[in-house]
Amino acid sequence: MNHLPQAWGRPRDDVYGAYDHSHFQTQLPNQHTQSPIVTGTSVVAAKFKDGVVIAADNLASYGSLARFTDVKRLRKFNDEVVVGFGGDVSDMQYLDRLLNSLDIRENYSNNENPLHAKNLHTYLAKVMYKRRSDFDPLWNHLLVTGLDGEKKPFLASVDLLGTTFSSPTLATGFGAHLAQPILRRTIPDEDAVANVSQEEAVKLVQECMKVLFYRDARSMDKYSIAVITTSGVELKQDEKLENQSWAFAERIRGYGTQVN
Amino acid sequence: MFRNNYDNDSITFSPQGRIFQVEYAQEAVKQGSVVVGVVSKTHAVLAAIKRNAEDLSSYQKKIIPIDSHYGIALAGLASDARVLSNFMKQQSLSSRLTYDRAIPISEITMRIADRAQANTQQYGKRPYGVGLLIAGVDQKGPHLFEFQPSGVTQEMIACGIGARSQMARTYLERHLDGFEGASREELIKHALRALKESLSQDKELTVDNTSVGVGGIGENFTLYEGQDVAGWLDATFENKEDAGEGEGQGEGGEAMETDS
Amino acid sequence: MAAIFSGAPPQGGPGYSFNQTPRTAPSGLRQHHGFYPYTDNGGSTLGISGADFTILAGDTRSTSGYNINTRYAPKLFKIGGEGPDNKNARIVLSVVGFAADGDALKERLDTIVKMYKYQHGKEMSVAACAQRLSHILYNKRFFPYYVHAILGGLDEEGRGALYSYDPVGSYEREQCRAAGAAASLIMPFLDNQVNFKNQYEPGSGTGHDLQAKVAAPLPRDTVEELVRDAFTSAVERHIEVGDGLQMMIITRDGIQETLTPLKQD
Repeated sequence: MNHLPQAWGRPRDDVYGAYDHSHFQTQLPNQHTQSPIVTGTSVVAAKFKDGVVIAADNLASYGSLARFTDVKRLRKFNDEVVVGFGGDVSDMQYLDRLLNSLDIRENYSNNENPLHAKNLHTYLAKVMYKRRSDFDPLWNHLLVTGLDGEKKPFLASVDLLGTTFSSPTLATGFGAHLAQPILRRTIPDEDAVANVSQEEAVKLVQECMKVLFYRDARSMDKYSIAVITTSGVELKQDEKLENQSWAFAERIRGYGTQVN
Repeated sequence: MFRNNYDNDSITFSPQGRIFQVEYAQEAVKQGSVVVGVVSKTHAVLAAIKRNAEDLSSYQKKIIPIDSHYGIALAGLASDARVLSNFMKQQSLSSRLTYDRAIPISEITMRIADRAQANTQQYGKRPYGVGLLIAGVDQKGPHLFEFQPSGVTQEMIACGIGARSQMARTYLERHLDGFEGASREELIKHALRALKESLSQDKELTVDNTSVGVGGIGENFTLYEGQDVAGWLDATFENKEDAGEGEGQGEGGEAMETDS
Repeated sequence: MAAIFSGAPPQGGPGYSFNQTPRTAPSGLRQHHGFYPYTDNGGSTLGISGADFTILAGDTRSTSGYNINTRYAPKLFKIGGEGPDNKNARIVLSVVGFAADGDALKERLDTIVKMYKYQHGKEMSVAACAQRLSHILYNKRFFPYYVHAILGGLDEEGRGALYSYDPVGSYEREQCRAAGAAASLIMPFLDNQVNFKNQYEPGSGTGHDLQAKVAAPLPRDTVEELVRDAFTSAVERHIEVGDGLQMMIITRDGIQETLTPLKQD
């Protein structure tokens, strides 16, 4: 036995190498999110004549593993706001708690002036920008949908850097590549919004969800969809994509082995 | 001379359940020149008498626009009011920044009430020696709040505070029914007449000593002074015989003395 | 801190295939931040000052890489004035680069100018606002606002005033300045057309005898045309510029704002 009591009960240096004391350290540096872990994919949304429609599928992936298949990524804030989350699921759940506490605080202090979509978007933008400036980002890309102070349709996005923008149609993640062009075909600009009915908008967004399911490997066919109008929020969380068919694939030309 | 043992600080109750320092602070409000406020369904009006300490000095500031949707009128220690108004300005800007929302009038009133209340419960603090009327328009229309040094706040239809304000309140009570449906001009006239009631016989409302603040639906809170109030003064006190109240004589624009 | 700014955004997270899973521990003591706090939202801005006016302009496209985020994201902001819509403002700030920083910068400057008016009872002068903006940027030089700012207004004599900034607060009053993605395309054009660089008096001779054409403040309609030409040309040659042209013209009568379409391709 070693004559030094400090060494008793510890692995021998000459056998195991120098003892690593690092786990004794009580003050570890703050751990910040370096990358997302469990993630949700695209969120798509479009304005129409008297409201907004938003959709996201119910899948949470762990890398390429389809890990959780019943994760609801649309969150109703009140009767005129719905937030859609893409990106890290744990950060989404944190934001969910944050919004909950905000809602409770608001309902205690004043019932007459509920926060509308624009208020909430500004607030979330500040939260996201603050966290990126602290080098501790919330790894999400959010779409905030609903009605603004004048009860007009509102749709805007915030990402993990705090970047904000607004457009008649928006899509996050893969959807920005795949869904946005489809949405813009029908709703190219703000003027076009007035010509789109609720049914058309819902069909359009469902079409996008289908295309995303075909082409986005981290997507699934179960999804949530919400419609926000002056008469409130209609949120459905267990929708299923119907009538999928790869029949169209036969007609695709110009890829792979056959060139024409 | 009788010595009161319970007024050495602002946190100790007397056996009768009173806090003398707070009551003294309320006396300070009564030393200040009078301010009145009135609301209709569409507008909120503040009117105030400004004093000048001596003929050569400038007149006090009695009405302070805080944000574009509301302002305050003060009676009492102007320096305390400045501290409060700076706080209100900061809170209002911060509400605009974080939520893109004009702070609700009830909310900002609550926030200064909480500060005032803290002064009555922490050793070494002094109550604010100022009363405020907070008037403006938010999402739910025009509002008028009264704030007292005790931290008590109340929403009012019409209110007057400061020296001899009982006379103004009596006028306001007599005409209570007329306020709700009053037009902007009628409301301003009511405010000026109420103000006039509180003046001693030898004093006049002049362009030099009168301040008017007006906020309304679709109209930013604006402060009117000097020649901007001349029209209202003429219109209000020319027809005083017809209206059947007030007995002020038009002795010309003689500067007011201080009545404290 | 230097490590943060050195590289492109790293590709972190669980691998998309098990084959990609790293087999060896990452070298070095500890992997530092895998998060890059900046992005470039493209677009271009430009400002030209005249004898009694200043024009600021910017396109309204916002991009992320090859994606168009939106076709309408203004880069010009009124500073000061009253209320949230900056009524009666006399100063305009344009920001291009990282849009989130641009928005944050705009809000800080706007708040400062509004507090100045609340505390002093008068509008801030452009010169004072320009110096304040420099200080805001400089104070954050170790984690800069990643934007190229241009500030425009009228000076105390009523002449057009234009100030341009780098991200850490160096600033200078100029006749004209282009910033952003297409700055390198627009600036030489402006040098030639506003400051008459490489223009000579016709018939003044050759070589050393050549008389340079002297620059003088341009009239307003000429400047407006220059701005439009600059942007229509930039749209042709730069993919991050397009969709809409927002202009703000500051004169003694206030700020006049216009929005005209640009190509959306």
